[in-house]
Amino acid sequence: MTRTIEEINEKIKNGKVVVLNAEEIIDYAEKKGIKRTAKEVDVVTTATFSPMCSSGAFLNFGHSDPPIKMTRVLLNDVPAYAGIAAVDAYIGATELSETEGLNYGGAHVIEDLISGKPIKLRATSAGTDCYPRREIETYITKDTINQAYLFNPRNAYQNYTAATNSSNRTIHTYMGKLLPNFGNVTYCSAGQLSPLLNDPYYRTIGIGTRIFLAGSQGYVSWHGTQHNPGKERLPNGTPAGLAGTLAVIGNLKEMSPEYLRACTFRGYGVTIFIGIGVPIPVIDEEMVEFLKIRDEDIYTEIFDYSVQRRNRPSYGKVNYRELRSGKIKIKGKSIQTGSISSYFKALEISNVLKQEIKKGKFYLTNYVAPLPAEEKYNTLDILSREEL
Amino acid sequence: MVRRKLVLSFPENIVTSPITYKLVKEFNLEFNILRAEITPDMEGKMLIELRGDKALIDDAIKYLTDTGVSVQEAAKDIIISKNKCIDCGICTSICITQALTLDSSSFKLKFNKDKCILCELCLDCCPVSAIKVHI
Ligand code: SF4
Ligand code: SF4
Repeated sequence: MTRTIEEINEKIKNGKVVVLNAEEIIDYAEKKGIKRTAKEVDVVTTATFSPMCSSGAFLNFGHSDPPIKMTRVLLNDVPAYAGIAAVDAYIGATELSETEGLNYGGAHVIEDLISGKPIKLRATSAGTDCYPRREIETYITKDTINQAYLFNPRNAYQNYTAATNSSNRTIHTYMGKLLPNFGNVTYCSAGQLSPLLNDPYYRTIGIGTRIFLAGSQGYVSWHGTQHNPGKERLPNGTPAGLAGTLAVIGNLKEMSPEYLRACTFRGYGVTIFIGIGVPIPVIDEEMVEFLKIRDEDIYTEIFDYSVQRRNRPSYGKVNYRELRSGKIKIKGKSIQTGSISSYFKALEISNVLKQEIKKGKFYLTNYVAPLPAEEKYNTLDILSREEL
Repeated sequence: MVRRKLVLSFPENIVTSPITYKLVKEFNLEFNILRAEITPDMEGKMLIELRGDKALIDDAIKYLTDTGVSVQEAAKDIIISKNKCIDCGICTSICITQALTLDSSSFKLKFNKDKCILCELCLDCCPVSAIKVHI
């Protein structure tokens, strides 16, 4: 049995498409078997709602009169990168406000823009013959500016590590507050619902794949930064740690704050929760084998975040079912676990995407080019020119 | 006769039993331990209710503070903002009494007030500032 994207889109058009979310497919495949499932189900929706630091938005403000070539741009006192043309800028999610520090950052600017709130824009310039203005202070909203699109260099990590703290003091990390003496464990993946864990070898997700991006229809634009497909795999295809990533793009003006939320990890910084949904076409029986993956089949490794090194000591592997139960054991000690990624929101997104496909509002795409199946994962070493 | 709810925090080196004994014997107070926990950094937390003469309760609080126990009024509440909460679950790993848990079928955050000992450990862990203490 094979099924093409064109056949699926024809079914979407005729209102006959059968869509399940990545949780529902588990029981379905269990009851009906691989063959029947592949025959009956056209699409499986996957999703995640997690902090994704490597995110940001390109904005074009339009030209003032007299015009200005902006060299330094502040949005609600948060610096944006303006080293591109005259009135283009990139606002990064983790950039901090110059006046409010950890309480407000690029992520909040993006959320406020999406929510339609006014943003104070200040920019300065040296002034040129063609761009004489040296200063501007004004207010913008998403409706008064030209293009505004999210372009996130690294989202939707295929899997993520779990964190604990062996030291005798509380530490504040991007994995949340970690209590001393193995006081808790945090982890961050939608597990069985997660997009790249349901298509571990990127058979259907590639460059050009249409996705749900924070409420809008966006696209996979490239493989994400730190994409590491070579990470060792379990027999079911899933990596037990950091592996593939996606770079994604989408129209900020069509997004909803329901599916994108600025946040602050105390003692660490500002970042942004982003909701991503990816429809996976059931192209053949092999695809069902991947899609029926359950939390208990997916593993991650627990690392000690109190060790301030690139390579942190590991406390072994654990599966997502154990993590999601709320308690695991490390060295015989029972430890409470907590997720950073919201499974509730991921489930919600998988269902919203399912409904959009069923209602004929979301069509699937063939990818234009596949994600790299091999890519070297480099580290940054401190070298002299001669040692390079 | 008055009634007061207090949160007591005992540093690692203080033994709780002689203290509680003294409260009953010397200050003639009715003493009720509502909840007690040891936090991961080995601090003992206790939510107690004292009943007795107002002046005696004040004396008892002074005695407790003098021995190194920190005493806080428990006339407050932990409040979770439903609008802000995104049901991630970070706080559930922090809350030692499991007053905060994720519902096992809906995966939504559940707050069981009766289990809360007002230790305030969860306050600064929420990435969207959905947890507040109401005084
Ligand atoms: S940490 Fe905050 S957002 Fe997450 S579940 Fe707890 S209250 Fe909700
Ligand atoms: S204050 Fe927070 S962490 Fe402490 S018991 Fe109450 S809900 Fe749990």
